[in-house]
Amino acid sequence: MRRLLYILPLLAFVAVAAWFAVGLTRDPNRIPSALIDKPMPEFQLPALAEIGVPGLATSDIHGKVALVNVFASWCVPCRSEQPILMRLAREKGVILYGIDYKDQAPAGAAFLREFGNPYAAIGVDADGKVGIDWGVYGVPETFVIDREGRIRHKQIGPITPESLNTTILPLVAQLSK
Amino acid sequence: MMLRGLLAVVAVAAALIAQPALAVLPSEMLKDPTLEARAQTLSKDIRCQVCQNEDIDDSAAPLAADMRRLIREKILAGQTNQQILDFLVQRYGDNVLMRPPIKPATWLLWFGPAALLIVTGTLIAVAARRRTAAPAPPQLAPDEERRLREILERRT
Repeated sequence: MRRLLYILPLLAFVAVAAWFAVGLTRDPNRIPSALIDKPMPEFQLPALAEIGVPGLATSDIHGKVALVNVFASWCVPCRSEQPILMRLAREKGVILYGIDYKDQAPAGAAFLREFGNPYAAIGVDADGKVGIDWGVYGVPETFVIDREGRIRHKQIGPITPESLNTTILPLVAQLSK
Repeated sequence: MMLRGLLAVVAVAAALIAQPALAVLPSEMLKDPTLEARAQTLSKDIRCQVCQNEDIDDSAAPLAADMRRLIREKILAGQTNQQILDFLVQRYGDNVLMRPPIKPATWLLWFGPAALLIVTGTLIAVAARRRTAAPAPPQLAPDEERRLREILERRT
């Protein structure tokens, strides 16, 4: 009994150390989205001039499994993400919608001319209000939407080949069944 | 030496006079001073999602500026502080609040330290009481008593 009492502080230390060790592996900048499994927000955004795809509203996305990608011409990681999005749209046939977040229209169009346009429709969110409705805080962000129009997954930061293969593509395949 | 003293006085005076810089821009402020004061107080409770240790009143991030503008619009539209906070929590989660709400998931956070203090304090108090309550050492036998007196007397 006595001996057990002496071991107790050591056990407490091990428990706390294990807890902190797990905490260290988590990135505090990744805030879990409050919108997972909730319907996507209602919005209607104007088209991006000179690109030739329509603007974007909630009703356009309803009924399809799709990705909604929040991008901007001023967003540096978006540049590395765009080739992956292009391949997704062309080779995998995934439907992509874009929200051009807090961008000047000419700059947004120039960005897409340089890096390619993978989106079926693009809404320009000039003042960032729709972004707040989506809980956006770091561009790029990508949302996976199911047929019922619910947000099923949120990718914060650029899609990497790894997150694509381990999370996004399997989820899209599962939702498309 | 004189110069150094003078510099110290100037530095202390400057630190006392300087107000913490607010990130809220004059152009963002509401014309009505009471509403503006309400907006600034409310801003102190909202965490900037980009620089997470700053509230939106202090943060220079563009998202914080958008949120400052948004809460001012909502205040002008007649919404209560709670309605505005609920709006943001729906979109960004509890993380958007500077003080985590008290609910089962955060009980450990809010009450854990006090509980730990009470538990360990009680343990220490019990242990201390047990020590003072330990039985007094047995009385000396008569011959031991005599020897002790002899030793003490020899000393003096």
